[in-house]
Amino acid sequence: MTLTLGHFLTLGAMLFAMSVVGIFLNRRNLIVLLMAIELMLLAVNTNFVAFSYYLHDMHGQIFVFFILTVAAAESAIGLAILVLLFRNKSSINVDELNSLKG
Amino acid sequence: MNVTTGLFYLFSTVLLIAAFRVITARNPVHAVLFLVLTFFQGAMIWMLLRAEFLAIVLVLVYVGAVMVLFLFVVMMMDINVENLRHGFWRHFPFAALVGVVIALEMSAVLMGGFRVADVAAAADPSASNTKELGVVLFTQYIYPLEVAAGILLVAMVAAIALTLRARKDSKHVSAGVQVRVKAKDRMTVVKMDATQVAPEPAPAAVPEVKA
Repeated sequence: MTLTLGHFLTLGAMLFAMSVVGIFLNRRNLIVLLMAIELMLLAVNTNFVAFSYYLHDMHGQIFVFFILTVAAAESAIGLAILVLLFRNKSSINVDELNSLKG
Repeated sequence: MNVTTGLFYLFSTVLLIAAFRVITARNPVHAVLFLVLTFFQGAMIWMLLRAEFLAIVLVLVYVGAVMVLFLFVVMMMDINVENLRHGFWRHFPFAALVGVVIALEMSAVLMGGFRVADVAAAADPSASNTKELGVVLFTQYIYPLEVAAGILLVAMVAAIALTLRARKDSKHVSAGVQVRVKAKDRMTVVKMDATQVAPEPAPAAVPEVKA
């Protein structure tokens, strides 16, 4: 039994489903929500790398490179916003972020 | 079943278990540590796919920088976990149902539809993944690369600008104001007439004898 592209894509799908469940479960905990988004990006990147390998196309790996860049920027700004939020509200509970509610 | 297949199943199993612990861990610090494990397994899977450069970048940049940033933020905050986990398992059956449906449907399509065999024979063993990536990145994708550098710079400036806090109660002096100041801003000489006669000088004080 040899590895096919389907194996890697299925692994990516399982990881993606796992992070969707994580977003469902940790609705209130902002920091675990950010971690679940990181897991989703890992699943997507795995798909890109698998396609790049099996189709002999380097461009998939280039795309992963740019996704990693943007994801690093996203988590840096996300964590900065989180720190700011915790400083102002002393909590990271999503339910308490209703200051903009009319 | 060769070594590569065995390694793939090993890494996948550890990756999925670690991912499950990330989303269910009670302590956020444990969640971050399991996330590190997940990313490490992901890097190993990429290594199986011969994306060596990206696998090492994932470990060095992601685990080394971004996850440590997460860990730093998590440890800095005093999070009330009990409040956040109130009603955590109430939605679990529904969430698990949705997740299982997503995973099963995608697996059914992907396992059947992408039976592309291994292409190891076609790959040149002397080819360097890093070199190929670099050639494409610095010729065809040079402008996107510069845009990515700009994005990182903007993210850095934004993160600093968001979290920088000047203390309101510190008595600091603005250097610019201090340099621009002129003598007439500091002292004014007011001419005014004397309105009363100066009093007689007091008699010389008698030195007190210490008791």
